[in-house]
Amino acid sequence: MTIHAITVLGHDRPGIIADTTARLAGLGLNLEDSTMTRLRGHFAMTLLCAGEATTEAIRADLEPIASDGTLTVTVYELPEEQAATGAGRLFVLSVHGGDRPGIVSTVTAEIAAAGGNITDLTTRLSGDLYVVVAELELPADADVAVLESAIRRVTQELGVDATLRPIEADDL
Amino acid sequence: MTINERVAAWTEAELGVEGKVLDVVRAPAQVLSVPGEDVDPTAPEIIQLAADLIATMRVSPGCVGLAADQVGVSARIFCVDVSTHVKTKTHHGTYVLCNAEVVEASRNEKAREGCMSVPDLTGDVKRASRLKVRGQLPVTGETVEIVADAFEARCLQHEIDHTDGLLFIDRVAGAHALHQRQTYL
Repeated sequence: MTIHAITVLGHDRPGIIADTTARLAGLGLNLEDSTMTRLRGHFAMTLLCAGEATTEAIRADLEPIASDGTLTVTVYELPEEQAATGAGRLFVLSVHGGDRPGIVSTVTAEIAAAGGNITDLTTRLSGDLYVVVAELELPADADVAVLESAIRRVTQELGVDATLRPIEADDL
Repeated sequence: MTINERVAAWTEAELGVEGKVLDVVRAPAQVLSVPGEDVDPTAPEIIQLAADLIATMRVSPGCVGLAADQVGVSARIFCVDVSTHVKTKTHHGTYVLCNAEVVEASRNEKAREGCMSVPDLTGDVKRASRLKVRGQLPVTGETVEIVADAFEARCLQHEIDHTDGLLFIDRVAGAHALHQRQTYL
């Protein structure tokens, strides 16, 4: 059993997901994890598929999807690795303010410096307003107050606002 | 649910002044990001601002609450009227609160929120659906407490956040909790 990472990116139209996943199912591949979204009119998806098909076979089978030149498809085999253990604490970081280059890089650098790992991140541009929402995991021994003040310092320099909040999961 | 009869009976007629429709400020305007100043509910300019907030809320389709910073004034005052909203259970009609604060909050529920100051985005936000808020009425300055539920509770928290310099963006539940608005009111 191997895991393949497949990306499909390009001009949005109806049927991209149906077509791609039908081809993968035809190869006996199981869709284990995926993210699919539309970014400024471009459709983007990343799929992790498990199965016995070879990289070459998957590429050949998906080739017709990209044949009209509006979509780009990539296929890579992933090495076996253990999933992250997730012993840290989970947070949501919201950043919003006037659009300018460097907001994501500056803020994520502070998270990385604190040993934090970003597990999910979305940005939205709406008129002049730029919004970043990131989910991140901090090491159990990380000093949250120090990270908060570091984020406050860089966001003040950027002229944007930031809020860091713990994620509370309700076990039912 | 106990309705505060004093607040429920309040109408903008108590203000005794005509409200003007003001322009609504959009993010990333700085005024939306700073905590508002405490206000004197009996001051003539605050009474006029209360009337202006209601007038602006009335002409804005779907608007159920408006805070002073949304019209460019950094002051802790907002108006609310959720009486016609489909998600409303109990409500206190139209009213204005000055220097409002949350006293008790419980029973969190997640729902999608929008804001006139962030017109193109919506977000999933967890908020208390049972809420006790303390604030002052304009003109008399009398302190009132409101126990609100469901949509009125959500609206009050959203407006009090505005008076604290926070937007719903600051409270979205996660990276997939922010959405491009698909339909406009």
